[in-house]
Amino acid sequence: MKSLRNHLSLVVALLSILFSLQTFIIVERSIEAYKENLANNYSLVVVSQKILNKNIIKNQHKLIKEIVSLSPDKVIKKLNSGISKKNIDLLKLSLPKFYKLVLLHYPSPSEVNNLTKALLRDTSVIKVETFSKSHDTTYKLLLLFKTVISVFAFSVGIVTILLISKEMKIWQFKHTERMSIMGLFGAPTWLSSAVLFRLAFVDALIASALSFVIFSYVSSSAWVQDQLLNIGISVLIFDPVFDFAIMLSVALILSTFLATFIVISHKEEV
Amino acid sequence: MDKVIVADNLSLAYSKDETIINKVSFSIDSGSFVFITGASGSGKSTLLKSLYGALKPQEGSLVVAGVELKGVSKSKLNLLRKHTGIVFQDYKLVKEWTIEKNIMLPLIISGYDKTIQQNQVDTLLKHVRLKHQAGKYPKELSGGEQQRVAMARALSHNPVLILADEPTGNLDDYSSQLIWNLLEGANTDLKSTVIVVTHHIPESMSIDYKHFHIEYGSIHEVA
Repeated sequence: MKSLRNHLSLVVALLSILFSLQTFIIVERSIEAYKENLANNYSLVVVSQKILNKNIIKNQHKLIKEIVSLSPDKVIKKLNSGISKKNIDLLKLSLPKFYKLVLLHYPSPSEVNNLTKALLRDTSVIKVETFSKSHDTTYKLLLLFKTVISVFAFSVGIVTILLISKEMKIWQFKHTERMSIMGLFGAPTWLSSAVLFRLAFVDALIASALSFVIFSYVSSSAWVQDQLLNIGISVLIFDPVFDFAIMLSVALILSTFLATFIVISHKEEV
Repeated sequence: MDKVIVADNLSLAYSKDETIINKVSFSIDSGSFVFITGASGSGKSTLLKSLYGALKPQEGSLVVAGVELKGVSKSKLNLLRKHTGIVFQDYKLVKEWTIEKNIMLPLIISGYDKTIQQNQVDTLLKHVRLKHQAGKYPKELSGGEQQRVAMARALSHNPVLILADEPTGNLDDYSSQLIWNLLEGANTDLKSTVIVVTHHIPESMSIDYKHFHIEYGSIHEVA
């Protein structure tokens, strides 16, 4: 019971910081996947009087992934009743050229704006359709969601830092006495602080393992999987190996910092 | 006879303005039993602290078991402390450790084999009449019992020097007598040098001893 209490306080503090960190990582990953999904479904339409050189345009604008020529056949088909083939060919020649621009990633409104301006500098381009209303709304929603989650993770982080600093004082009080007594009998610093570092290591391991179990369970639950599929996200939101390595590293760094701080600030009793 | 402690013009102070011990010179023979007496606040405990390096000399020189404590390095001080047994007035037992582990502490620090550690602890627990309390924690014992544990800890590694600060200060007669017997035994059987800071020298002492008295920052031997 006593041993459990010794571990609990630091494990809870570490768990809360790992929770906020992992939540942030998962949300970031989901948003990126969602943006990629949006980028695949989003494109600009460019209307030009002349045929555009696709390679030149692609080289000029790094945001463009692909330029696809849109055929006017469908439109002409609707009008072709009673029009001779010769006239249709003439009509085809006089119609403006339509292109679909597929982008590398889901752009911000300013990126869309800059690209539109740059394309319109070409005198043959008469219109760039960006579908800005729908795009801006989606982008703003994404930004809002990301900000809310960041603020949440940041707040949890701050609370945890306060918890850790309180924990530092408790640890300092708890371990200084033992370290002083050991020092009075000639124990070198590494020996008198060994218990502290062992505790820090074990607590970091427990906190990381608990976080791992929680996030593995949540990310693989049917409900979460359904929700992600509903919005078209099919990426791995929790990477067991990579994420566990990150959580363990963060927990070890924090707890080792805590133990080192106590060892450094320890003064021999006079 | 070899000198285990040599103080030369030694001054001790907690701050620059307040000197507790002022330019004293004395020496203590190896294997002797020494009492240091004096009124409260005279500097007895301060002098004892300086002997295990918790307080560095402000002036002069202090050599303990061949180690000059003025400007001593941490590693040399640790080495000296490994051969010293200290009994504190407030026991200084590690609260979260059992009695057994507390007694083992100097043996763990010196890197003794686990079997030796256990045998030594068993023997000492018998000597201090606490064999039945081995698995208990300090807070479960009375003051007298805790001091007996502290005494056992100080003797566990057969130290060359034993320093005791008011070891029987608040103890009952039974525990006090047990402590004096153990200190006498350490001096006669283990040939340890024993230095005890106390207000009163017990009448029951059965061995020869030296007596130093501290007054107004200076120390003198009482014949």
